[in-house]
Amino acid sequence: MEEETLFLPLEQLVAGLNEKRFSSEELTKAYIERTKRLEPEIKAFLSFDEEKTLREARASDERRSQGRLLSEYDGIPIGLKDIFSEKGQPLTCASKMLEHYVSPYDATVVERLKAAGMVLFGRLNMDEFAMGSSCENSAFQMTRNPWNTKCIPGGSSSGSAAAVAAGELPLALGTDTGGSVRQPAALCGVVGIKPTYGRISRYGIAAFGSSLDQAGVLARTVLGAAAILKLLCGADPKDATSARKEVPDFCKEIQNNRGKKWTLGVPEEYFGDGLDPEVKEAVLAAVDFYKQQGYTIKPIRLKTLEYGISAYYIIATAEASSNLARYDGVRYTYRSPNAKTTEEMFSLSRSEGFGSEVKRRILLGLYVLSSGEYDAYYYDKAQKVRRLVYNDFAEAFESVDAIVTPTSPTPATKIGAKSTPLSVYLSDIYTVSVSLAGLPGISLPCGFTQSNLPIGLQLIGKPFDEGTLLSIAEAFEEGHDFLERRSRV
Amino acid sequence: MLHYEAVIGLEVHVQLKTRTKLLTRAPYRYGEEPNTLTDEVVLGLPGTLPVLNKAAILKAVQVGCMFGCEIARRCKWDRKNYFYPDAPKNYQVSQLDEPLCKGGFVEIELEGSARNIQGGHRRVALNRIHVEEDVGKLTHGSDGSTVDFNRAGVPLIEIVSEPDMHSAEEVFAYLKSLEMHLRAVGASDCDMEKGQMRCDANVSIRAMGSTALGTKVELKNLNSISGVCNGVRHEIQRQICATEAGEAIVQETRRWDAEKNNSTSMRSKESAHDYRYFTDPDLFPITLSEAQIEEQRKQVPELPFAKQERYLTTLHLPYTVTSVLCPDKRLSDFFEATQALYTKNPLSTANWIANDLLRETGNQPWEALKLTPQHLAELVRLVDEGVLSKQSAKEVFFAAFQTGEMPSKIVKDKGLEVSVDTDALRTLCEEVIAAFPKPVAEYRAGKEKALNVLKGQLMKRTQGKVPVSAIEKVLAECLKG
Repeated sequence: MEEETLFLPLEQLVAGLNEKRFSSEELTKAYIERTKRLEPEIKAFLSFDEEKTLREARASDERRSQGRLLSEYDGIPIGLKDIFSEKGQPLTCASKMLEHYVSPYDATVVERLKAAGMVLFGRLNMDEFAMGSSCENSAFQMTRNPWNTKCIPGGSSSGSAAAVAAGELPLALGTDTGGSVRQPAALCGVVGIKPTYGRISRYGIAAFGSSLDQAGVLARTVLGAAAILKLLCGADPKDATSARKEVPDFCKEIQNNRGKKWTLGVPEEYFGDGLDPEVKEAVLAAVDFYKQQGYTIKPIRLKTLEYGISAYYIIATAEASSNLARYDGVRYTYRSPNAKTTEEMFSLSRSEGFGSEVKRRILLGLYVLSSGEYDAYYYDKAQKVRRLVYNDFAEAFESVDAIVTPTSPTPATKIGAKSTPLSVYLSDIYTVSVSLAGLPGISLPCGFTQSNLPIGLQLIGKPFDEGTLLSIAEAFEEGHDFLERRSRV
Repeated sequence: MLHYEAVIGLEVHVQLKTRTKLLTRAPYRYGEEPNTLTDEVVLGLPGTLPVLNKAAILKAVQVGCMFGCEIARRCKWDRKNYFYPDAPKNYQVSQLDEPLCKGGFVEIELEGSARNIQGGHRRVALNRIHVEEDVGKLTHGSDGSTVDFNRAGVPLIEIVSEPDMHSAEEVFAYLKSLEMHLRAVGASDCDMEKGQMRCDANVSIRAMGSTALGTKVELKNLNSISGVCNGVRHEIQRQICATEAGEAIVQETRRWDAEKNNSTSMRSKESAHDYRYFTDPDLFPITLSEAQIEEQRKQVPELPFAKQERYLTTLHLPYTVTSVLCPDKRLSDFFEATQALYTKNPLSTANWIANDLLRETGNQPWEALKLTPQHLAELVRLVDEGVLSKQSAKEVFFAAFQTGEMPSKIVKDKGLEVSVDTDALRTLCEEVIAAFPKPVAEYRAGKEKALNVLKGQLMKRTQGKVPVSAIEKVLAECLKG
């Protein structure tokens, strides 16, 4: 099989299977071969059960020969960030804490992928417990940016973005709490969508910030992302916060919307200080493109931008401090061999089992939830700010269909370049407000820097209006040829 | 010397009797093999999420309705964070500031002046009732500790009283009343030994007549109703002694040791937990409609004290019998069902249940009972109709209890039917009249009660085999002469 095949958009891979140009087993094997060749450099995978993966591919071919396909995407490989529970597979969250944990059950999204007959292809690296945006917080390995292996791939869905960019995989699932799908997608030059909060069941996804966590899709094309998104969305009786909203056929919506001229909002706050000039130029060029297509471009204000990051880090860390309390050395986690008392079993297991960024965020979370001497109530205040952020967006959406911003203030930086936690936190500035407001957001490639690093364009949509968002993204993709570009690796 | 008044508030945790747990569909039953009633949610595995058990909420609403609480139309769920090996998530889903039920009261019956005399009633005010999840159970052994998560996630209601009790006796009456009421609505079996009901007490004292609250001490590890009372009684004395000795009462939590009849300090106020409560982001607030609440209110059955009042005033049952029947839903249900079949002799029916049935069932499971209200109704009727003597009735009751045969069949099979030999009875009557001239004279002089001596003699001489009704009839004829 030609290597080029591995870079085909999803609909063409589906066509290849349907036209019997290749079987699922052949396709899967080809991805495995490529992955094996590239992994020493990319390091996107934490574990890979080759036998199981091929078994799933053969089962799909078997179904195909019997005319019992489970879905259009039966036999297509997809990778999982190592945060999704898959029965019988390791679930490490890239943490020493869960190094030897094997999930005894399937996450709802994994159930849905299985029900569609997709081939679950390996467990992808990430920042530990999804905390970080560079992969530098993985306890096990540093995933490299396929465009420049000296650079970070972004995070926390680092392995998902890098593997798709490098053509190790056509598709991958990630999770996004404050930008963890969109930012690595931007830095690795792929499409990454985070739907509205509540669209996709969180059941079986190790929690970070429960009120913010959403699964998302990383793909080479907007249509590919739309197709997988449709499979994942929908109410789940196991997740009380999942939305009981009808799920439209996003791919159809994209087709029906072709040629529509939308109104896009451009918030001036998102183009201010701290934005890399090359990124700014590429994003403004994208705005120009839309204008030339006949879209209405409207300058808007999103004044809460600067407060978003503080509110986000209070809410996310508060929830994380509670969510991660279960990793305590008592049952399935790492247990310190040095512990002599129950107290030590808790404290030493957690001190030794968690990495420094996770510990930093847990401490932050404990602090903001504590009813200290001065009764600061940081958490309640942050919730109020969150409401204001939402109102800010809601007001903007009264007059625009979507909002255009950069995804990340900079392209991929060199590994180790950002020295302080704060500088790392600030790299989430354009993505966290979207998460706070629970809105859908997508990042797609909109250009390259002079040093050939991808630049991401973020589109922000109205609640539960992923269809419009995807349609606008696809219009941009159609007018450009970034897909033709290959990462260096 | 000053006189002191104790001020006591109780926090009572009660396991709700639902088929499944509060936040998942794992089942719960007491006494199963450790860690067999769990699932990924109970164990708090990565990625698991809670889904509220509606039946548990509605049951808690019913309890709130029963105690006259104000039921919240909307309430939220909070996480109470603390590390302990019996808590799978190291936080507990609970309700901090929006409890499901607010206010209300528990009616209690105070001790009467004698066992057979009804005591006065008063209301103990409630602060709130909220819903939360139970934790697992730790067992400490010589070679380490084990934890059983079967109990983890079982729905609990925490019934918090106001500081509205003033003696160990009131505490006893309060807990008995809670137990009786919660059983009446089928909310819980309230067996403290099985951990279905658990109690912490807040105790303080103040000078009699004062309305200010003293420094409170929380008592824990109170494992039975009598344990609570002993612990509270001891704590009141401890505080009075300390105050008399000029010592200040320290706000602290003390652990009661029932065996040593003593308490020891567990922790002071300074080391109190900071539970870092916050709204659980995995559960949206619940809303209850007026109709939903009304439906639960309608399902509250006649409550034990109301039932007792009815038995006393309309059925004219003696207080002692009602005080056995009414607190025990099984007994009063049995009584009502028997009454529905045979209404003519409530006293006899009640006595059979309060004495014989209760004694025979002992600790047997009620479900295995072979004797039904049909049996008892028939038995009482047979005695009333003179078919069966009282003495034989005991034998028939016992046989029916053991075999489940209907009394009429037992009577037939054993040939226990009374056949009164009227001539022989008349001869006996004449003998007794001759032997006891004094009561006969008194009777003839108008003293009805004097006849009892003769009746007693006749019952003795017929060895109880002849129904009283027959004896009375023949005796009367003979006396008329």
